[in-house]
Amino acid sequence: MPEIDYRNSEKTVYELSAVGRGTNLMPECDVPKTALPGALLRKDTETIGLPGLSELDVVRHFIHLAQRNFSVDGGFYPLGSCTMKYNPKISEACARSEGFAQSHPLQPDETVQGNLKLMHDLQEWLKEIGGFAAVSLQPTAGAQGELTALLMMRAFFRNCGETGRTQILIPDSAHGTNPASTTMAGFETLEIPSDEHGNLDLAALNAACDDTVAGLMLTNPNTLGLFERDIETIVRCVHDCGGLVYGDGANMNALAGVVRPGDLGIDVMHYNLHKTFGTPHGGGGPGSGPLGAGEKLAAYLPGPLVRRIDNVEKPDPGYMLFIPEKTIGRMNSHFGSFGVFVRAYAYILQHGAEGLKQNALHAVLNANYLREKLRGVYPLSHDRTCMHEFVLQGKIEGSSVRAVDISKRLLDYGFHPPTIYFPLIVPEALMIEPTETESKQTLDAFAEAMKAIAQEAVDRPETLHTAPHTTPVGRLDEVRAARQLKLREDDRKVKDNLNKA
Amino acid sequence: MNFLPHTETELREMLSTLGLSQLEALFADIPEHVRFPDLTLPSPLSQMELEAHLRKVAGRNANASSHECFLGAGAYHHYVPATVDYVIRRGEFFTAYTPYQPEASQGMLQAMFEYESMICQLTGMGVTNASHYDGATALAEAVRMALDLASGNRQKIVLSPAINPHYRETVRTYLHGSEVSLVGENTVPDELDSLLSQLDDQVAALVIQNPNFLGQFENITGIAEKVHQAGALLIVVADPIALGLFQSPGSYGADVVIADGQPLGIPLSFGGPYLGIFATRTTYVRHMPGRVVGETVDQSGRRGYVLTLAAREQHIRRARATSNICTNSGLMALAAATYLATLGESGLRKVAALCFHKSHYAAQQLAEKTGLEVNAHAPSKPFFKEFYVQLPRPVDEVNRILREEYGVIGGFDLGACYPGFERQMLIAVTEMNTKAAIDRLVDALVTVTR
Repeated sequence: MPEIDYRNSEKTVYELSAVGRGTNLMPECDVPKTALPGALLRKDTETIGLPGLSELDVVRHFIHLAQRNFSVDGGFYPLGSCTMKYNPKISEACARSEGFAQSHPLQPDETVQGNLKLMHDLQEWLKEIGGFAAVSLQPTAGAQGELTALLMMRAFFRNCGETGRTQILIPDSAHGTNPASTTMAGFETLEIPSDEHGNLDLAALNAACDDTVAGLMLTNPNTLGLFERDIETIVRCVHDCGGLVYGDGANMNALAGVVRPGDLGIDVMHYNLHKTFGTPHGGGGPGSGPLGAGEKLAAYLPGPLVRRIDNVEKPDPGYMLFIPEKTIGRMNSHFGSFGVFVRAYAYILQHGAEGLKQNALHAVLNANYLREKLRGVYPLSHDRTCMHEFVLQGKIEGSSVRAVDISKRLLDYGFHPPTIYFPLIVPEALMIEPTETESKQTLDAFAEAMKAIAQEAVDRPETLHTAPHTTPVGRLDEVRAARQLKLREDDRKVKDNLNKA
Repeated sequence: MNFLPHTETELREMLSTLGLSQLEALFADIPEHVRFPDLTLPSPLSQMELEAHLRKVAGRNANASSHECFLGAGAYHHYVPATVDYVIRRGEFFTAYTPYQPEASQGMLQAMFEYESMICQLTGMGVTNASHYDGATALAEAVRMALDLASGNRQKIVLSPAINPHYRETVRTYLHGSEVSLVGENTVPDELDSLLSQLDDQVAALVIQNPNFLGQFENITGIAEKVHQAGALLIVVADPIALGLFQSPGSYGADVVIADGQPLGIPLSFGGPYLGIFATRTTYVRHMPGRVVGETVDQSGRRGYVLTLAAREQHIRRARATSNICTNSGLMALAAATYLATLGESGLRKVAALCFHKSHYAAQQLAEKTGLEVNAHAPSKPFFKEFYVQLPRPVDEVNRILREEYGVIGGFDLGACYPGFERQMLIAVTEMNTKAAIDRLVDALVTVTR
């Protein structure tokens, strides 16, 4: 068993700080100074309360913090629904080109033709991959894509005079963002149960579909990692009652090159560029959640979008921004996560159609292979071929351990845990998404660790209950964090550190 | 080109474990008539070809490195210390997910805790969340929080017309189809009194930007008292660099402070990803949208950090969450934390002072040498790093000449957003613009406007 590590915690920037220490990066003022408006200034006696650190202090501090963080670059990260695949390094070099990184979002169109071409092509490729009539790149994350689509649906029904459509149907396996976005858009949520095969219960759906329904939000493959086999019946059912179908594209990485959601009748769907198209997750963002829409909703997309203009007199086409005719309006300050677009563009251009399809094929292979390896070790939520992920139950016959214990113990074996306790419909859920970039060796090693942990659960459950043992800190007291709130460094400590001589 | 690791042999072994002979057999659940479409996408490029191609695409953009940039209007060309990119490029941060497993994510969690601490100091507020997508969406969420705090009893929001027009549009979109009315936008941008006259018992919040979109400081004396007397919240949109030198909104009574953190070490990057800063009074913490990191201890009493107050959030509370936000701008918050830690107290003050002095020098030189009127609508109001000049010709025309003949990216055309501000160019001057560059701009405008 690995040794417990008692390294001290890393000091905060304030604990490292000393008055009078600092960096001196800025040039001297080269213009005549103007008197500052005294009444508007911070008082002379008032410090802002920022730390005083040397550049080496800063670098060493953040390197120490980096060393206390698990990442895809560092190890296997089978976090279900999050698609922690390899993030190609070439994309970083590309995104940092000055032409991209140093261009201002309010420059006139004719001065940013490179950016507009990139956005235009990405729009077109996403249309092609998803089977949609138009794509807006603007939403900055999957959840914002959801909200955008729901606001578009609202505007659509208002234009049709169908203001009685107030309900959004959401499967009980859905991500929490679906119902949260629904409330934000002013709709009510009606939950639809799943059937014994892990698919949407058709009878319940049928019963719910009436003229109060604005639409259905459907994640496909769903969060159990299962393809909704009755997808065409589901879509028909919602369309027949006059509703629209929203596709949550969080799991599009299993479908790119395999099937186009637009071909299945989905009216509008967000893509997660940070999942399907391999852009880094950044420890919690930035993401990017472009929205694809079919003919019915295309005119409602948030703008601006990019249009190509072919000019016979010029060798290169031109690109210009335009606002969709019935747009719901802007969803953020500018065009969305442009830096993420560059990486997704590079990713698609590196893969081509066949490469994207192979990614989906291998993602599904890896999930099924790992699922097979763990069969009989942990109960499966549903015993059928899965897509890019699958759900186990963190339960061991004759042991008191729970999913949380298993997940924490995985850290001691050098693996990031799966998503746990989600989807909510599976007790003790362990949701595992290996992704296509992991090798057979890694998958085998993970399966072995999972088996060893299952054995430990019986032989010495206490080891699991108290795991992890090898991380910089052990299991943290989340109840205390919420009850004795400390969401910032104490003001006194800040001042003391800044004033200490 | 792709990143798949399996050898032919491994592939065969894995398929045989599954009792299959080909990968395609895994997709039987998908309706056959739409399965495996032929996608029309460009042929794949090798990494070398890709890099060359993207260099060419990027080369078609004028930018703040190839040109002298005087364009601001919400996104600014500031210096990014080398430490910032060095830190955020670390794969341990860059390729991690949201820190759901705190024991394996102490690095990002502590960095967010420090970000929250430093933003609280900067804004003068009690609590800061772990970020929104950008300033506009942070404002939209602040407005939603104010409406929520009024429990549906107040359905009006007063928005100053001198708030970034894109922010106002985003707020409008977020409230699309609701009963809430947005008022105040038709008042004159330079008159806070007419804005305050909109206050009544239906108003949930009054929002101002300070310095405002035109670059000028609002006369905020007594404003918080008036807003609070009406039972509303005061939401202030701030410039994080200005806070290095000027009073924090917390010190003059703001209830929520919003800012785009882009100036704190985040490149212009054609508008994103940026950083939405959201800070508020501690009283409102349970109504606050977004993630928040708190300090706690582990089983042996060692200090550690976790995401806390999750009961507000979508993954727990679903339809009753304070917001749908999940992925935020974590890496950009890390950039801001690194920026603030690197510059520190004196560095941030210095950047703010450089912006102030250089923009005032530019305004004074322009007024003197071109005779053009500066800040015509409110010439006596103090400003920070932006001001506007009245041009004798359309702004886009002047900008084209500046760009083509002088290598300058000129200012923002206020006439595009504000009636009565036709031919007014909003000019931003930061520490990046040297005296020589400012003098060249002035000389150019002397010629162009002659």
